[in-house]
Amino acid sequence: MSNIKYILGSFGDPDEMMHGIEKLQENNIKIYDVYTPMPIHGIEAKLGVKRSRIDVAAFCFGITGTLAAFSLIYFTAVVDWRMNIGGKPAFALPDFIPIMFELTVLFCAFGMVGSYYASTHLFPGRAPRVMDLRATNDRFIIAIDAQQGAEHTKVDSLLKEAGALEVKYNERKYISYE
Amino acid sequence: MSGHNESILREPLITGKDITYARITEEVLMPVENKPNKAWWIGFIAAACGALLWVFAVSYTFWTGIGAWGLNKTVGWAWDITGFVWWVGIGHAGTLISAVLLLFRQNWRNSINRSAEAMTIFAVICAATYVVSHMGRPWLAYWVLPLPNQFGSLWVNFNSPLVWDMFAISTYFSVSLLFWYTGLLPDIATIRDRATGMRRKIYSILSFGWTGSVKTWQRFEAVSLILAGISTPLVLSVHTIVSMDFATSVIPGWHTTIFPPYFVAGAIFSGFAMVQTLLLVARKVLGLENYITMFHIESMNKIIIVTGSIVGVAYLTELFIAWYSGSEYEMYAFQNRISGPYWWAYWLMMTCNVISPQLFWFKKIRVSIPASWVLSIVVNIGMWFERFVIIVTSLHRDYIPSSWVMFYPTWVDISVFVGSIGLFFTLFLLFLRVLPSIAIAEVKLLLKSASEQEKKRQIENNEHDKVYVDSYVESLGKFDSVKQEDYAKV
Repeated sequence: MSNIKYILGSFGDPDEMMHGIEKLQENNIKIYDVYTPMPIHGIEAKLGVKRSRIDVAAFCFGITGTLAAFSLIYFTAVVDWRMNIGGKPAFALPDFIPIMFELTVLFCAFGMVGSYYASTHLFPGRAPRVMDLRATNDRFIIAIDAQQGAEHTKVDSLLKEAGALEVKYNERKYISYE
Repeated sequence: MSGHNESILREPLITGKDITYARITEEVLMPVENKPNKAWWIGFIAAACGALLWVFAVSYTFWTGIGAWGLNKTVGWAWDITGFVWWVGIGHAGTLISAVLLLFRQNWRNSINRSAEAMTIFAVICAATYVVSHMGRPWLAYWVLPLPNQFGSLWVNFNSPLVWDMFAISTYFSVSLLFWYTGLLPDIATIRDRATGMRRKIYSILSFGWTGSVKTWQRFEAVSLILAGISTPLVLSVHTIVSMDFATSVIPGWHTTIFPPYFVAGAIFSGFAMVQTLLLVARKVLGLENYITMFHIESMNKIIIVTGSIVGVAYLTELFIAWYSGSEYEMYAFQNRISGPYWWAYWLMMTCNVISPQLFWFKKIRVSIPASWVLSIVVNIGMWFERFVIIVTSLHRDYIPSSWVMFYPTWVDISVFVGSIGLFFTLFLLFLRVLPSIAIAEVKLLLKSASEQEKKRQIENNEHDKVYVDSYVESLGKFDSVKQEDYAKV
């Protein structure tokens, strides 16, 4: 076994890259991940990536915000310190709605984006785990784990057949920055 | 799919020949990766002088108190709240472009959303500084927060629109910032992977370790869509609540139920005008004519006519209701606006907001860059006067004629306002230098479907009916970045 860890098929066109994924899958070659400079619609279905459940998290955070706002206002304005404003009821629900709405949005946005950053491991100072520097520019990269047993020459020819401009053999997983 | 087909009748969103993914990166990052040119330095120095004036005037206000402004016993709110509402309104277009147009799948938003969102953030910063400085004792600004009773005798009054406004503006600012920054991550990663040395280190931290893997993009798209979904009602709520600061009072001229929709339409109107003012210059100076095309300019002008007309209808409705309500105080407030000592402000507002934007019905004016730029500034002047008219003319003649006064701004009032424009442009010009002014990843999505070169290829391969092709080529006539000769032979 050589020292090659990952084989990268570098495509210049998203449709050709999708074609490359099909080719590899037809030959039962497992794809490690795909790196692209823009979102590719339909790629999740092809790779069998499960649907993101971030929307469920967003809803839960949002409803927490609604309840938090209601509890805060109810406690302060109705329970803790009632104010007599022209004899009107202290429990003035219509007046509570604007802040309940704002906090729903606030909790939902921060909770959801926080979950996104946490689940995708995005935070300031995280070392970028980059396999190919052009994956954020103009190349669409299919990464294949070289240790998985697929024959390298076959992977190479399949990728080139599908239109890969270049096939790279990385000896390190990430060409991270020195 | 990235390669999906778009109707040939739709005008292209990217023009130019031989555009590749690499070239999009190159052209958008040109101002970020190179030394600034002379035009930028001139603009920046002028803006920075304005920002310094702002720092001085605001510090002076903090030191001496708001007695430094021209306010008096009768007119207790004037240029401060005018400036606040004006800036918040300008901010609204950014969210409208990034959120509402995303929900409506308007792909032309892709090349203008980034700078419009940046504009939102800077405009809200300018607005928020007014809120803090008009408090008089800004070091006690935290009193607007719902703090327990040991900070004073009471909690904040949750029935007050001013408290709602604090929640609305702070939510709006922080959610806009989050939306903007999350959208920036892939583009910061693009800069990072092209940079070396110190720059790479800085952008590496800023990029949060973005890789562009399948799962990252999948979640990114879900997050963007949900953020757009919650930002849309948010942006409408913000200006609704701003208008309630006035509408829930019992001052004639303020106490009207029409205020929320009227303020929201006015906000979108002034915001789009400010986007035009900025982008018409930026596209020229930064050489982005192929990405911010005549189609974008014309679309924004159409939104300006629509919202300007809504604002016009609102003005007329206000006048009608003042008469129809039978309330003599309400009627007097409007008579005073039209023909009182501030008649000039009222008519300036009417001309700039209702009459002059109607010129955009003429296609020649709508697709003319100088005309669009001048009219966008006219709209911004008009919208400033709208807030001035609503605030000052409703206050300056109250119920007792002996307390009737005029409002005269002091040099501090003027400096805070002029300075806030300087601050805004300083921030915007810095943004153009350090971050990509166009969402690179989103524009790349358009290359294989909505670009001129793709459509031209289809025409050359005779994929479309001649009638459609002719009408498409005719629609390209207005584009300043397309040469009609290229289509002469096809």
